[in-house]
Amino acid sequence: MEKTALRGEDAADRLAVVDEVASKYAGTKGALIPILQNVQSRIGYLPTEVMERIGEKAGVPAAQVFGVASFYSQFRLEPVGRYVVKVCHGTACHVQGAGAITEAVCSELGVEDGETTADGKFTVESVACIGCCSLAPVIMIEENSFGRLTPDEARRIVREYGD
Amino acid sequence: MADRGTQMTVTVGLSSCGIAAGAADVMAAFEREIEKRGLDVRLRRTGCIGMCYSEPIVDVDAPGAGRHTYGGITADQVERIVDEHIAGGAPVDEWLVRAEGRDLPDEAYYSRQVRLVLRNAGMIDPESIDEYIEAGGYAALEKAVTSMKPEEVVKEITDSGLRGRGGAGFPTGVKWDLARKQPGGKKYVIVNADEGDPGAFMDRSILEGDPHSVLEGLAIAAYAIGADEGYFYVRAEYPLAVKRLGIAITDARERGYIGENVFGSGFSLDVYIKEGAGAFVCGEETALMASIEGRRGMPRIRPPYPAAEGLWKKPSNINNVETYANVAWIISNGAEAYASHGTETSKGTKVFALAGKIERGGLVEVPMGMTLREVIDEVGGGVPGGHDFKAVQLGGPSGGCIPREFIDIAVDYESVTKTGAIMGSGGMVVMDDTTCMVDIARFFLNFTQDESCGKCTFCRVGTKRMLEVLERICGGEGREGDIELLEELGEQIIASSLCGLGQSAPNPVVTTLKYFRDEYEAHVKEKRCPAHACKALITYGIDAEKCTGCTLCTKVCPTGAIAGEKRELHTIDQDLCTKCDACRRACKFDAVTVD
Repeated sequence: MEKTALRGEDAADRLAVVDEVASKYAGTKGALIPILQNVQSRIGYLPTEVMERIGEKAGVPAAQVFGVASFYSQFRLEPVGRYVVKVCHGTACHVQGAGAITEAVCSELGVEDGETTADGKFTVESVACIGCCSLAPVIMIEENSFGRLTPDEARRIVREYGD
Repeated sequence: MADRGTQMTVTVGLSSCGIAAGAADVMAAFEREIEKRGLDVRLRRTGCIGMCYSEPIVDVDAPGAGRHTYGGITADQVERIVDEHIAGGAPVDEWLVRAEGRDLPDEAYYSRQVRLVLRNAGMIDPESIDEYIEAGGYAALEKAVTSMKPEEVVKEITDSGLRGRGGAGFPTGVKWDLARKQPGGKKYVIVNADEGDPGAFMDRSILEGDPHSVLEGLAIAAYAIGADEGYFYVRAEYPLAVKRLGIAITDARERGYIGENVFGSGFSLDVYIKEGAGAFVCGEETALMASIEGRRGMPRIRPPYPAAEGLWKKPSNINNVETYANVAWIISNGAEAYASHGTETSKGTKVFALAGKIERGGLVEVPMGMTLREVIDEVGGGVPGGHDFKAVQLGGPSGGCIPREFIDIAVDYESVTKTGAIMGSGGMVVMDDTTCMVDIARFFLNFTQDESCGKCTFCRVGTKRMLEVLERICGGEGREGDIELLEELGEQIIASSLCGLGQSAPNPVVTTLKYFRDEYEAHVKEKRCPAHACKALITYGIDAEKCTGCTLCTKVCPTGAIAGEKRELHTIDQDLCTKCDACRRACKFDAVTVD
């Protein structure tokens, strides 16, 4: 989901994205979450000024926008790396050693779970079940899932994305 | 198009699991090899056939020779299959997992199943409405809207005995009738596809493998209750399901199965997809509707129930994916045929996602009333690697662990509930003697406390306190009285939470305490983890008798904690050891010990 067509640091560009997305949803009921999803998929995360602008455009208080954005785990209030390595920690992955996979990925990238590498390339994230339980343990990078992993294979996959 | 009667068909399973196992490469290899040889073969994709343990899966169906299924195929095996089987007519026996008329070991995986919900899964191309129609699709919708009154549709569903497959098991017909009887005006139908239970992937597989069956069920429900607008609330973590559902809705609209004046009956229905944003609590119906409305997904007090006051305060009917997937079959085949499967109170079939320590993990559909032993041992092939079956977890974070002594209970709503677990949505995670039950309880509490929406104090704070106690116990710092504290907290959370999440959050702890109390006591009193799973309570060592001094473990150890020259006994520096288990997995002589 984290396609980042626009990663510009320019706040004006980001607000232009909000305006464009919000205009598509004008008049749609219950559009706040789709707007947030759409905007995040374009700029990678939801900085404060973006949430304020979404509130203006959608006609809801900024506090409500922040309330929704902070409630759902999909939304990020901080920038993330180019690739988000999602390590599944569902039940099946847990009993098949997801802990060791997280450790391997983190040590390969030199970060802790939840952190982003200094070069902005990777973010490691433990996530809830991604539903590939029979292939446990599983990781997901972009929309690609990799299953039946050993810690070494997880390292190798992450290394390949790094090249 | 060539004549299907004589043409050979090659089908590659392209569900998320298949793709994760490399099915897209296999598909590409078949395209390449078939084209290179100029063979007249129909190459097609399908969804999840259920044999997830064998992905990627390839079916070769030759007229007259029957269907041959290959499992665990990689792209470089494709050439030989094309040469020998497709071009040469001789199946590659050693890669077959299933073949018509032959008793291969995996036959048992299928022969015990009754596939009503999964009738098309793994058989048709989920992105082709034509294949769905060819398989009898949309005939039930036509029958309902052109020849049945809404109340007759409701009666058929009531008579079938279908109960909600999301977990609670409320009779579906009764639910529909409540919504139908609400005074006219705007009504909604909603599909709950926010499959959040860790260890469950039934809904994903159904949506990826046969999206039209759910859409058809939804349309029939809309007609029955008098709704003209429907929503699919799907987890955003399921991109392929969202994509295929989108294709299904577009195609169905184009053909007039949804939209204005369906089958000229005057019935109209618009359908939309809403992608969830990652909140487990949105599986609760009132929270889900709040989320569709664009708000924080927090449950509210019921009544009013959604049937009276649901989405945007209008009467709404909400069911789970699997429930809707049953509907068209029931309308086509009749309530009686459906009720002929199952037990007195639990009719029909149930789809389970078999995972964990199991030989053949995957998606299975069995008649209600089959015993757990039959599902696990006969369908699933039992626990692999010579380990002992210890427990099976049903119902995810709201459910519980059922121990070995109850393995002969029948799988139906009542029998499962009696054990303290719940039927749940269908996650069935098998555990063996290497799984620590305290750790499993900790795992689920970690999940529920993280997913608590925060509205009710006992759920918000109580789960956090329970988790702290469990972490303490797993971390080797359990105290006298901790077990009793867990029991007390559990009771209070169950009694004082508003929604199903809080009311069931303590279940994993309550059931493991009930059946595996000795394991808790070993952790607390003896500072010992009998399953050797809790890192703080285990030590790695090397068996001097077995170690040959091969130095393999010294090479794989990521922290350099193992010392020893070639042909000398190796030793582990306990201060450096992180208990990552790499040495034990690498050792060819079984010389690494865990105590």
